[in-house]
Amino acid sequence: MTNELPPGLALQKVDERIMTLNVGPQHPGSGHMRIIVQIDGDYIVACDPDPGYVHRGEEKMAEYRNYITNIPHLERPVIHDSCNVLYPYVLGAEELLGIEVPERAKYVRVIASELNRCIYIMYWLAIYGIFLGHSTMFMWPAGDRELLIDLMEKMTGARVTHAHFVPGGVRNDLPPNFEDVCLRQVNYFEKRIKEYAAVFYDNPILIARTQDTGVLSRQDAIRYGTTGSVLRASGVDYDLRKKEPYDVYDELDIHTNVMKEGDSYARSRIPWLDMIESCNIIRQALQKMPKSGSVRTKLKPNPKGKGLDSVYKRVESGRGSLGCYIVSDGKPEPYRVKLSVPSFRNLIALPNLLRGEKLGNMPSVYWSLNYWPVEADR
Amino acid sequence: MSAIAPNFKLSEFIKSLLDNIFWVVLLVVLIGLPAIMMILFVIEMPVINGDLLTPFLALTWLADPSRILPVVKAFMATDIFKVMAFPGFGFAALIAAGTIFVERKMMAKLQLRVGPFYCGKVEGILQLMGDGLKLISKEIIIPAKADKPIFWAAPVLFVATAAAFVAFIPVAPGWVVADVELGLLGVFAVIGFFPIVTILSAWSANSKFPFIGGIRALFQMVSFEIPLILSLLGVVMLTGSLNLSEIAASQSSFPWIVFLPIGAIVFFITMLAELERIPFDLPEAESEIVAGWLTELSGMMYGLVQLGTYLKLYAFAGLFVVLFLGGWNGPMVVPPFPAELLEGVEMGPVTVGPFPGLPLFDQEMLNGALWFVLKTVAVIFFIILPRGVFPRIRVDMLLNLGWTKLIGLAFVNIFIALGLLYAGVLGPGGLQ
Repeated sequence: MTNELPPGLALQKVDERIMTLNVGPQHPGSGHMRIIVQIDGDYIVACDPDPGYVHRGEEKMAEYRNYITNIPHLERPVIHDSCNVLYPYVLGAEELLGIEVPERAKYVRVIASELNRCIYIMYWLAIYGIFLGHSTMFMWPAGDRELLIDLMEKMTGARVTHAHFVPGGVRNDLPPNFEDVCLRQVNYFEKRIKEYAAVFYDNPILIARTQDTGVLSRQDAIRYGTTGSVLRASGVDYDLRKKEPYDVYDELDIHTNVMKEGDSYARSRIPWLDMIESCNIIRQALQKMPKSGSVRTKLKPNPKGKGLDSVYKRVESGRGSLGCYIVSDGKPEPYRVKLSVPSFRNLIALPNLLRGEKLGNMPSVYWSLNYWPVEADR
Repeated sequence: MSAIAPNFKLSEFIKSLLDNIFWVVLLVVLIGLPAIMMILFVIEMPVINGDLLTPFLALTWLADPSRILPVVKAFMATDIFKVMAFPGFGFAALIAAGTIFVERKMMAKLQLRVGPFYCGKVEGILQLMGDGLKLISKEIIIPAKADKPIFWAAPVLFVATAAAFVAFIPVAPGWVVADVELGLLGVFAVIGFFPIVTILSAWSANSKFPFIGGIRALFQMVSFEIPLILSLLGVVMLTGSLNLSEIAASQSSFPWIVFLPIGAIVFFITMLAELERIPFDLPEAESEIVAGWLTELSGMMYGLVQLGTYLKLYAFAGLFVVLFLGGWNGPMVVPPFPAELLEGVEMGPVTVGPFPGLPLFDQEMLNGALWFVLKTVAVIFFIILPRGVFPRIRVDMLLNLGWTKLIGLAFVNIFIALGLLYAGVLGPGGLQ
């Protein structure tokens, strides 16, 4: 028994004042990851996020399945946002396979995508609430989320993992009378989430706790490559639905919510405003959608790409820009599928945001980054 | 042949049962009966209404319940009844259990869910019992590096401290476990024990998260003890007494909250902090430090700490009622005891009674206890309410609040009390 360490490992010398905390993977405040936090008293001196506990090899799996059978497993990284996580793959596959999408299907996709964004943000908001010790803000979003989940169930037949988008459109047409039900539920949902301001977003204790904590400046937000609500909370007007419109987003009037503060409060408020904006988009899409028509272009069995070809598509998901790079070599299976996920990019900012913060701010700053551990690990 | 117990045989089972019964009977005969005889020999049996109490006499009471009333009344005058049952532990534990249930139901209604529902026929009324059974039946896991004797003792000490706190609260005139001249000082002394017990439990677990939680609890309790004590000084000045029963009796015409609202508010906020309730539940902040100083406690150790926490909640609410809301004082709503019961009731050909021991409780005591319980329940309601509305605050905000704002307000309260005292409006020789 020697005391020599294997090459590559080294014992770190730390001050006696400094305590190392392993926040996660078995910790109510971490999710499927570990944050190694070093604290001096109540102050965090260093923070090392350690993702990778739920790596499932989705990208490698995609190389052994054809373009259609890839759909159900590729939405697994974020099952709460399953339509959006599938969206770039479907758009890319359509371009590779050369498929035209019917007009009605594009609108249905937009509606499904926006509903799913709300479902994801509600789940995120519930956890943000309980991370701050606000148990009502855990229960309310978790309950109101059911409204939209029921709607998605009517639309796709599944509550969470929809597998609704397919190359060439969507799997099923809308059920009869869906437009009226959808409009009614979305209106009620919007009214309901606006009530959250009174109990949560305008709560003086919440504002005192989250304002000026974990401030991410505009330059840093761009430099770290953060996306989505994190980037927009730092004052960058960047929304792919507006900057690079896909499907029919260019025909809809979209307002981008931007806040300049870049603190934890702004990062938590932007997704909530996004939900209200999503309701507006759904109402517009319901109005402009063709009332009848096909929603899916029939595919040949085992569709193949046209020789060596590659495509990169990205969409605005609930967490930010989500990209999918597909390489085809003319076989029924894609040669390579690479997901470029927003969660991992937002996580990069975490060590810099937490350095010098108090331990009590760790959950709120960490979760305000709109990070989903499973998506980062893929 | 059963699949669950393939070797089971009824005859052998009955045989084993008979074997056990034999040993039980043997033990009772050899040890139990002599023990009972020795007790009867040593203890002087009470004389009730001129009759010496014998086991035979006790059996005759089953036939005539009116004869047992004096015994019950004599028992209720003893200290053990006060400690175990009415103003003491049993009563407090009952209110604590009710508080847990009401809290869960209330939070559920606030958060658009049903709460405990399936355990028990009516609205999950037996949920608490189920939880208690679960906690009792769970294995207690002690961390390998824990300082075992202290770790074991801490939950018990916590409940004991909370029960000691309960002992100071006067529920009705004359109904208090410990009627001490310096009662309020005693209360402060007992409150001072909570941080010690907490840090003992947290430190002895030898684990990081309990340690941080314990340090936070220490910070919180110590820094809020000062405004807590200062906020009560106004009442002490005006009453001129530290005896809690006298303080309660002094508010027969008006409660002190009318004249000292600032003191009441400061006391209420510090009370929330001392109780570690939201928004001051930093020592148990689960998203930061798992469950704070409770992290390593398992099974009934956790259950004991929970019991102690809710006993403490009741005691604090009772203290608030006694100091600011007038204690047992209130309009007389309990009807007087029906006089005809004392002489005997004629029911057709038979006359029932008279019942010599009645009434068990006098009218004033029942009325006082009723008002005290009503006020305490109202205070507990307001203690529970912030949990549904507020998030948790941070340790620096907490210390800032305790050391600057609350202490300042407590001094303002003291000056108001002084002004009232010197103006001769209130206090000893004043309005009352």
